[in-house]
Amino acid sequence: MTKKFEVSTGIAPEIGASQIELLEKCCNATAVSGDEHEVRQIVLDEVKVIADEVKVDALGNVLATKFGRGDDRVRVMLAAHMDEIGFMIVKKHDDNLFEFECVGGIDERQLPGKSVLVGRDHLPGVIGAKPIHLTTAKERKNKIEVSSLRIDLGPEIGEKVKPGDRATFATRFELLGPSIRAKALDDRLGVATLIELLKHAPDNIDLLAAFTVQEEVGLRGARVAAYAFDPDMAIAVDSTPAYDLPHWDEEDENVQYNTCLDAGPAIYVMDRATIADRRLVKLLTETGDQEGIPYQFRQPGGGGTDAGVIHKTRSGIPSTSVSIPSRYAHTAASIARLDDWANTLRLLYAALTRVTPELLAGERRD
Amino acid sequence: MSELLALLKKMTSASGLSGFESPIREIIREAWEPLTDDLSVSKIGSLQGLKKGRGEEPRHRVLISAHMDAIGMMVTEVKHGLMRITEIGGIDHRILPGQLVTVHGREELSGVVVQPPAHLLPESAGDGPVEMKYLLVDVGLRPEEVAEKVRVGDLVSYAQQSLELTGEALAGHTLDNRVSVAATTLCLEALQNRLHDWDVWAVASVQEEETLGGALTSPFDIRPDIAIVVDVCFAKSQDSNDWRSLPFGEGVGLGYGPNIHPALYDAFEKKAKALEIPYNKDLMPKMSGTDAMAVQIVAEGIPCAILGIPLRYMHTPVETVSLKDIRRTGRLMAEFIADLAPDALDQFNWEE
Repeated sequence: MTKKFEVSTGIAPEIGASQIELLEKCCNATAVSGDEHEVRQIVLDEVKVIADEVKVDALGNVLATKFGRGDDRVRVMLAAHMDEIGFMIVKKHDDNLFEFECVGGIDERQLPGKSVLVGRDHLPGVIGAKPIHLTTAKERKNKIEVSSLRIDLGPEIGEKVKPGDRATFATRFELLGPSIRAKALDDRLGVATLIELLKHAPDNIDLLAAFTVQEEVGLRGARVAAYAFDPDMAIAVDSTPAYDLPHWDEEDENVQYNTCLDAGPAIYVMDRATIADRRLVKLLTETGDQEGIPYQFRQPGGGGTDAGVIHKTRSGIPSTSVSIPSRYAHTAASIARLDDWANTLRLLYAALTRVTPELLAGERRD
Repeated sequence: MSELLALLKKMTSASGLSGFESPIREIIREAWEPLTDDLSVSKIGSLQGLKKGRGEEPRHRVLISAHMDAIGMMVTEVKHGLMRITEIGGIDHRILPGQLVTVHGREELSGVVVQPPAHLLPESAGDGPVEMKYLLVDVGLRPEEVAEKVRVGDLVSYAQQSLELTGEALAGHTLDNRVSVAATTLCLEALQNRLHDWDVWAVASVQEEETLGGALTSPFDIRPDIAIVVDVCFAKSQDSNDWRSLPFGEGVGLGYGPNIHPALYDAFEKKAKALEIPYNKDLMPKMSGTDAMAVQIVAEGIPCAILGIPLRYMHTPVETVSLKDIRRTGRLMAEFIADLAPDALDQFNWEE
């Protein structure tokens, strides 16, 4: 059976029903760092029919290339990570309850009382918590440590779950008015964006799309992907937290918001892992200004993206990142705005069409 | 899907936070309508169903009290498109961050409970649990739309989908105490095919989680001779392992302590043994934390029995129950009631 597909070179991509459907599929899939199989399959199904070359490398990255036309094509790498934070089952106890370990940065205060899906078969389970009636006031002042939590899949789970199986939050994708609420928007938003860009790859560049693994546990996939692609420049497409919430004391302004919802794609100048190449930052901001696409600067500070390893690969690769802002990353349910996603896609596409060899011809300048 | 599972899903499909039980009352009314001779609603909202006995009037009356209200939250402030909340019933604030909720505003809005990052909280919060007053609810709408749709005093209920686990276990929110309403429904169903002398009053009571208001008032109207209170009890898990918790899926809890008339305890124990219905003695040395605390002291006093359905992770959105225990509870009640002879009341005395 042939898959219906659309390659629309020269036409700007948009977010519509089919893009949202793809994002939903990506978010509801399970791909804890080190076991990205499900998302890899979705990505392969999508990109096989549109890319000129597709390969799965030694670590499990999907590397898809769409060649442009004519001479002097710049080799542009875009990276979005397929993996998400989650859990690994580490021990079965005599009471048929399973001990687990977090994979990636998870605040353990987000765990008690959550539904989860375990293993490739998505077996439903819950992370229980002691009834409040049996706790003491003193106990409630301390957080519940992950080592004291268990995943419960019912009394007759038998051998269906084993140590080593991965689990994720069970949250299902939902649209809430102007927003998306889902698990793993970090970074399925990026994955879905890259797929759209591949479908609409402009002719002036060779688009090298890396769907990477193990970002959440140490940016491992991006390093080898960048080596293999050997690009002229790179942009990591990720999702970054929007801490745009009020300070508990109304008198106090929240000056560390990182990014805000509704303010458009977040362009990186500097984070803990990368000092962005200013030429790329300028490309993105000038594109936004000329096209009337809103954008914001991610507040310089901590955090990092795949760009953190890409820019130091081989003899150095000019890099930056663009993120779709989302609230409550690394929890059971994050919230992002459809408009921010659409504007990120528009900005990236328009910026790619403007990439010329001259952009990177000179020395890196501030 | 088994009939009981379908019934449970229906029973947990509607909200009905303490003091605001009308949505669930309508669902229970629909289920009990064909099973009872008369249905009424008390002045404070409890649903009272009467299934008449066959004995001569005046007949003795047995009350089944299963509270239908649920724990939840209420909006205390709407600002910046976000809400602050307080609890209705007992909620451990440590289980709230990241929970899916429904905000019952001018329309139902899906949302999530938010734990703000440390730099937006008082320093005293540290990296420990965040107090409920600092948590927020986000419904994904922009501030102007939230201001239109949500007001202070609106209800917030848990919204996580229920999950079917292995071994006929169901996990979800509000199983406390809809499992007991379901067990009562099973009991009424079983009594359709049984002759019983006593009048049976099934009450889905209100406000157990906050005021015990339903349990204090319906028995006053009904004046039962004895009462069976059905509620959930603690089931064992890794961190609830002492005498207060019963094995999961291994039988009905038979409450034992000052809220319970010892002769009724004995009668239920005898019945369970005779029918080989698994049970465990549920020790309640001081108080039971159930409707029985109120029912017992209505008017001249009412002898109570307490049946408990073991539930894991009580008052979280992932409460977990064994369907087997619900069936056992329904059956035990029906058998007990069907066997109540016209003069059975004489046995429930203080002669040791």
